Amino acid sequence: MSDLTAPLPAVEPEAGAATSGAGPRRPSRLRTYAALAPFFLYVGAFLMLPTLIVIVGSLQDASGVPTVENLRVAFTEQRFVDAFMRSIWLSLVTALAGAIIGGLLAWAVATGNPDGALRRLVVAASGVLAQFGGVMLAFAFLATFGANGIATIFVEETLGLDVFDRGNWLYGLTGLAVVYTYFQIPLMLIVFLPALDGLRREWWEASASLGGSSWAFWRNVGGPILAPAFLGALLLLFTNAFSAYATAAALVSQGAPIITLQIRAALTSEVILGQANVGKAMAVGMIVIISITMVMYALIQRRASRWIR
Amino acid sequence: MMAATRRRPLPVSIARRAILIAVLGYLILPMVAMLEFSTRGARGTRNLDAWVAIGSDPNLIDAIVTSLEIAALTVVGMLLLLVPTMTWTLLRVPRMRRVVEFLCLLPLAIPAIVLVVGIAPMYRFLNTFLGGSALTLAFVNVILVLPFAYRAIDGGLRSIDVPTLADAGRSLGAGWLRVMGEVIVPNIRGGILSAAVLAVALVLGEYTIASLLNFDTLQVVIALLGKRNAYVSVAVSLAALIFAFLLVLAIAYLAPGGRSRAPQVEEE
Repeated sequence: MSDLTAPLPAVEPEAGAATSGAGPRRPSRLRTYAALAPFFLYVGAFLMLPTLIVIVGSLQDASGVPTVENLRVAFTEQRFVDAFMRSIWLSLVTALAGAIIGGLLAWAVATGNPDGALRRLVVAASGVLAQFGGVMLAFAFLATFGANGIATIFVEETLGLDVFDRGNWLYGLTGLAVVYTYFQIPLMLIVFLPALDGLRREWWEASASLGGSSWAFWRNVGGPILAPAFLGALLLLFTNAFSAYATAAALVSQGAPIITLQIRAALTSEVILGQANVGKAMAVGMIVIISITMVMYALIQRRASRWIR
Repeated sequence: MMAATRRRPLPVSIARRAILIAVLGYLILPMVAMLEFSTRGARGTRNLDAWVAIGSDPNLIDAIVTSLEIAALTVVGMLLLLVPTMTWTLLRVPRMRRVVEFLCLLPLAIPAIVLVVGIAPMYRFLNTFLGGSALTLAFVNVILVLPFAYRAIDGGLRSIDVPTLADAGRSLGAGWLRVMGEVIVPNIRGGILSAAVLAVALVLGEYTIASLLNFDTLQVVIALLGKRNAYVSVAVSLAALIFAFLLVLAIAYLAPGGRSRAPQVEEE
């Protein structure tokens, strides 16, 4: 494990470079940077080191010999490719649905009183549902759409329809799509509300005083200004669904339709001989996809911040 | 703000209400369903048996205590790590600010499921020293709360003039420790409180890492309980969600600047 502590010294050269040429003040400079050491050591040990273990491990076999076999298996074997594709599909669909529904909700909230109780309640509830829900949301949906859920019973017994199939759909990909969309909506609200707040009333008045209709404002002013923020939010929602694990783990107990559940399977089950590090290879795949999304997000964000302060 | 409340045209007003009712209704539906589900008794009666059972399940009580202990350790660790570092970068090494910010936001790009793959071997190693206590989860939870805590504390530091306050303290003869403890910290207590509350909410909801490292925290026990007694696990889930909601709502009212202090994933 000692050979994996590589990212830590990486901080030192930078600190050293900054102090070089400072002449007499050099010792105090060093002390100035030394005060940051605990933070860098901690992040190095508990964030960079595990990430490095994943990346290095994905390139080794069980006995530590370098190989690309894990990556080959993770990105060519059918069940893993399927899981990646399903995860991407699930994230795309729920990000789109969440962005549209959540965007509308954000607009409805943004046009209300900025200091009103409605806004505070909706924002606080959204924070909880979007970020701390996890396992609890799985149970919330069992109580709603499960075999004995309130919605299932209402539709089947009161309306006499058999649309919910005794709640069996909930444990598959459809169920995941519905539950994921549920937590994407509040995340969209949190992410998109500041952008809507950034739309200034003067722009609306300027548009109106030039004879612009409501449609003309949204088409020529509001829409173009919000478009980058909307796209950025879409990417964040995608990442959010793609990384989600807890809800799916609590809901799906058989099989591993999506990539995070495949990683669970790789971590918890007996591994096939020679595939000990395939889980790490899948994790690397996730890092790559999320990194691409994050780079796109950063590019869009640069554009979005032009108008929104 | 876009349109003033008084001047909103009628169709817009109707659309706004329809959206609020439909979307908020959908968001609230599962919560109502949990309340209904967890209070079911025999033959259509209602009782609180599932809620009472929360208090009489020793595993559940243990897990709640464990999770609260982990939360407390996480808050202490996070504050000790972030507050001095962020204040110091602001005062003495502004060029490192972006680096610290980047590292704090990095956990957003490395999902917990990826982190646990790399941290599992480290915990196997750690457990031989620390006896495999669930409290060791605080180490990795500090990392998970970094993005949220960073934003909250950064908000606090931005709302005051740190260099001037520090200079004032130093010129009156206070050392750095005293400046930190008696000048900076009291002035950013709103941000510190927000960071602490978000950390508690996140730790109480954390499932991925705890379950895959086989520690019995609140979420892990709720998930296990679901296979045995769905009514009790639905009741605990609702209780935990309400608890988290009250915590987050408290920040919205306590934190300086009021609104937009809620947890944000968004960049800048």
